Amino acid sequence: MQDFAGAFGLAFGLIASGDADLFEIVGLSMRVSLMALLLSCLIGFPIGALLVVRKFFGRGIVIALVNSMMGFPPVVIGLLIYLVLSRAGPMGWLGLLYSPTAMIIAQTVLIAPIVAALSRQVLEALQAEYDEQFRSLGISRGRAMLALIVDGRYGLVTVALAGFGRAVAEVGAVIIVGGNIEHLTRVMTTAIALETSKGDLGMALALGIILMSIAISVNLGAGALRAIAERQAYA
Amino acid sequence: MKRTTLFGAALLSILATVASAEDPSILVQSTTSTQNSGFYDYILPIYKSETGVTVNVVAVGTGQAIKNAQNCDADVLLVHAKAAEKKFVDEGFGVARSDLMYNDFVIVGPAADPAGIAGGKDAVAAFKAIAEKKALFASRGDDSGTNKAELKLWDKAGIDIKAASGDWYRATGSGMGATLNASVGMGAYTISDRATWISFGNKGDYLIEVEGDPVLFNQYGIILVNPEKCPSVKADLGQQFIDWLISPHGQELIAANKLDGKQLFFPNAKP
Amino acid sequence: MPDAAPLMPRKTSDGGSKTPRDRLLPGALRLERLALQVAGRLLVNIEKLTLDPRSVTVIMGPNGAGKSLFLRLVHGLIPPTQGWISWGEVACGEATRSTQAMVFQKPVLLRRSVAANIDFVLRRRAGTKAERRARCDELLTRVGLAGQAQQPARLLSGGEQQRLALARALATRPKVLLLDEPTASLDPASVQMIEQIVLASSAEQTKVIFVTHDVGQARRLAGDVAFLHHGQLVEYGPATAFFANPSSEAAKAYLSGRIVL
Repeated sequence: MQDFAGAFGLAFGLIASGDADLFEIVGLSMRVSLMALLLSCLIGFPIGALLVVRKFFGRGIVIALVNSMMGFPPVVIGLLIYLVLSRAGPMGWLGLLYSPTAMIIAQTVLIAPIVAALSRQVLEALQAEYDEQFRSLGISRGRAMLALIVDGRYGLVTVALAGFGRAVAEVGAVIIVGGNIEHLTRVMTTAIALETSKGDLGMALALGIILMSIAISVNLGAGALRAIAERQAYA
Repeated sequence: MKRTTLFGAALLSILATVASAEDPSILVQSTTSTQNSGFYDYILPIYKSETGVTVNVVAVGTGQAIKNAQNCDADVLLVHAKAAEKKFVDEGFGVARSDLMYNDFVIVGPAADPAGIAGGKDAVAAFKAIAEKKALFASRGDDSGTNKAELKLWDKAGIDIKAASGDWYRATGSGMGATLNASVGMGAYTISDRATWISFGNKGDYLIEVEGDPVLFNQYGIILVNPEKCPSVKADLGQQFIDWLISPHGQELIAANKLDGKQLFFPNAKP
Repeated sequence: MPDAAPLMPRKTSDGGSKTPRDRLLPGALRLERLALQVAGRLLVNIEKLTLDPRSVTVIMGPNGAGKSLFLRLVHGLIPPTQGWISWGEVACGEATRSTQAMVFQKPVLLRRSVAANIDFVLRRRAGTKAERRARCDELLTRVGLAGQAQQPARLLSGGEQQRLALARALATRPKVLLLDEPTASLDPASVQMIEQIVLASSAEQTKVIFVTHDVGQARRLAGDVAFLHHGQLVEYGPATAFFANPSSEAAKAYLSGRIVL
């Protein structure tokens, strides 16, 4: 049995020594997941706001669809993106497979529905409060959507965090479309999978500890942000 | 708006870092056994320093590696399943196949050795004993080169593993390392290529039970993906990599790759 | 009960209109056979009403009389089950709503600074940033919030929040100002300030409809009074006449401070 203390020691040793490979892997993880998060927010927030503001026909079906997309298995998403981006696939000419861009696309497809569905839930409450006032003021739907997103910003940070957490912890999709190529598409989760399969459980656990520390610090940061917001009664 | 400009600049800079300029590079579809044994960690930095070409390796099972290459998602294929490789070339997906190197498979198991096969030299007999005792056996079950070699052995032993699957025969459907982890975890025998076994870090009390049988010979081949089928293939760079590996220089480097004093692969390219 | 059958307003259907041109003023509310039914219950049922297009009209009535619903109906926020509403001969809808502003009982403020709440409305209209800032300062000064422009709006006291809501309503330069019990449970200083601003707006040709159940406030503000009870218009007429001699039993009881069921 590997001992946990050893893994912790290894983790801190790696960080302290400024291991270049480690920082490259962590950096790529963050870059890919943050980029996917950014795109997902650009897509998901307006969709969430639109579903709140417009009571169009078939809205219930769209909401059910978006909600169920939250539960799509990452490997299936990865496989679909692989088939699309493969040289033999419809978008193969772009030459994106096995690149960070492909991983960003896969993670975006994975978390945009999460961001959309959760932001709809967050904005629903805000809309209930603002709706009459906005209609009284003659605010257009577009401006109402924007105002909901701006005023719901602290709630949406939590939504974004949920999306980021899912993106950065995801392995099934990125290993298929990224290929876990060293110095190119190897991220924390695929590196952990590789170290595990090499039987180097200590290293795998050390990487896992670093990944979890990042997740925890990001959440603590968001919690602090929320506390500031609440003090200003903006949350 | 100042804020919009800033935001746009930030967005652009992120995009730019992602799509940064690339060195000349090729894509190799290969097997988990070569990656897990550290072969690429050893050979690729040397290649890069000599030629300046980056070799990107996607390590999956041999079956999937061949399929990915058929989808043109590779320049070079480096796997170990001779029959499937020949078929790949015959169907026009590959230009030509070269023998590159070999190692051998070993049957590993717990020190307790419930099937009593330790020290044997006959792989088929060992498989028969495992089946007889219904001792646990973990299979890759992923259509990889190792998996194909293993299935051939069961066939020779005359054992219907389909009937035993889920009982004493456990197909993990994963790579070599994951299957070794699973074996150690449940006390099962398994078959591994020697290189992966030597470099595997979670051996527990596991030992090589059977080795040295000629049927355990494990040949690796290397193939350039056919640019006529796949116009995206970087034929020149791919061929350069193949020529380098099968050259006397490349073969010497392969032979010099050792872990714990043990040679991982034995070069046998025919010049 | 006097309200068993729909009562006709005491005045004629001409209400306060003095000339035919008055019918075209944006504050000239006319409605006929207005009914709102929710889940089988008739919550508003008014046969006919024409309001004076210039005065401060106070809507009075006990809790549950349908005062708030009435305001939302004429503002076009909720569609009536049946009936017809018009302002200055224009059917009630988005066009009329855009010339009106409403202040709700509980102010709805954006989660931003005081100034940003005003600017949110000003930005709908054209104007440079400097112009908008000047107008914002002017409005905040008017409601006594000039010193708090950069504070988070939702940290203001209840009275300050309502004053901000009023300033935001005025930012649209409305032809009609609708207020739904804006001063319920506010501090006296805020009540006084809001009443003064409402009266000043009325003096500047803004039609005001003010819902309250504070009789003293109604006396201070009203040019004319509409008294609602059980969703029906019990009486409508000039304030002086209403307070001196209410015609319905319900209004009499209400004004004398008795509980009206």
